[in-house]
Amino acid sequence: MIEDRPQRILLRVKVSFMALTTLLALLFNLLPWRDVTGLPDMLALVIAFWCVHQPRRMGIGAAWLLGLMMDAANGALLGQHAFAYSVLAFAAVQLNRRILWFSIWPQALHVLLLLLGSQLLMLSVRLAAGGAFPGFAWFTGSGIAALLWPVVTFLLLFPQRQPETVDVDRPI
Amino acid sequence: MEHQPPPFFNRGPAPLVRLMFFVILALLLMVLDARFRYAETLRAALALLAYPLQRVAMAPVQLAVGVAEFFSSQVQLRRENDALREKQLQAAKDLVTLDALAAENTQLRRLVEARERLPRKSTLAEILYSGRDPFSRKVIIDKGGNNGIQPGLPVVDDVGVIGQVTRVYPLLSEITLVTDKDHAIPVQVVRNGLRAVAYGAGDGATLDLRFMAANADILNGDVLVTSGIDGIYPPGIPVAKVARIERDAAYAFAKIACMPAAGAGQHGQVLVLARDANLPPAPELEQAPVRPAKAKRARRRE
Repeated sequence: MIEDRPQRILLRVKVSFMALTTLLALLFNLLPWRDVTGLPDMLALVIAFWCVHQPRRMGIGAAWLLGLMMDAANGALLGQHAFAYSVLAFAAVQLNRRILWFSIWPQALHVLLLLLGSQLLMLSVRLAAGGAFPGFAWFTGSGIAALLWPVVTFLLLFPQRQPETVDVDRPI
Repeated sequence: MEHQPPPFFNRGPAPLVRLMFFVILALLLMVLDARFRYAETLRAALALLAYPLQRVAMAPVQLAVGVAEFFSSQVQLRRENDALREKQLQAAKDLVTLDALAAENTQLRRLVEARERLPRKSTLAEILYSGRDPFSRKVIIDKGGNNGIQPGLPVVDDVGVIGQVTRVYPLLSEITLVTDKDHAIPVQVVRNGLRAVAYGAGDGATLDLRFMAANADILNGDVLVTSGIDGIYPPGIPVAKVARIERDAAYAFAKIACMPAAGAGQHGQVLVLARDANLPPAPELEQAPVRPAKAKRARRRE
């Protein structure tokens, strides 16, 4: 069944595009949300995406730095996001060949588990440091992020799907 | 015999080694931040780096609010104007009596040789957004160290106490709300003057009166105001209202839940009150606290 599925050959990724999308995801997380429960962590999703698709260009170090940025901007415990994001990046890089073998919805299921795992790590760290339990509704953010996986895949792979040169005189 | 891979296969240290390095670094940072507060300079530097990003992220929201305000209908404006005029009339009536009362109060205070309470200086600030950290209750305001905000100052709105400034950046500061789990505030029951300490319950909406005897004289609907004995909050500002009392004979203490009077969620503007100028200096600590848990709590509250 899987052999029947057509595979598309993608163009080289542009590092500037990766940086731009990561920055946009960070900006999304920094929007002045007012007590919205179930908000998807777009930055975690985009980090997971690039770790799965470009494991040689996005990795644990970059995820760690981005997590530190989130911590400082959120006033959270310094290192909490850095910890969760670096473990997330590691798991995504390790699983990237397996994940890419599946079609899009089973991929989203894998990503859901990865995101839930990173949220659980953050929760355990914060509860150990004396934080309050935010309620189970907090975990719905990962579910929404996983539902967005097909959309994110479409958007972030879009530049790589463009033809490199458009040949107007091509006979076919 | 040593065998080195060719340089184009070289990918640096193994992923697991890299993960361990970064995880240990993160754990180290967390311990430094949570237990010792050594990471504040690093946090301030990172926050300053993130500040332009936050401003950029806030720009579309502010634009949307501005556009919505521009197109708010004239009818709405007129209705609001009428309501405000009516309110002002009522306030003017109160103001006339207030002057007389204030004069009388000063005279009485002088009679009992009470220290005259100087009005505190205050800074008007706007709430930019509520903290995105789901584990604590915090809001960020648009005034910081450059506007003379210091850590520890009380923050109120037009209804009551909102919280306390806990972290100050050059351009922003962070307020811990009274409903935060780590926040405590000395209060007094208006009806009978009973003193207690209200702690944030941690569920984000209520406060707890802990360690009150099961037969303490507290009723549903009692209003709690700041007692002022901490030297941080001015006395007599509403804090909360008692919402639910559970008295169980099996426990020595009653479970008392209170609803906060002020809501940081409803208002945009808050007042940051300056320190009381003629407060006697705090007594010197006789010795360093022995237990680390106690030391941490004391530091957090100052």
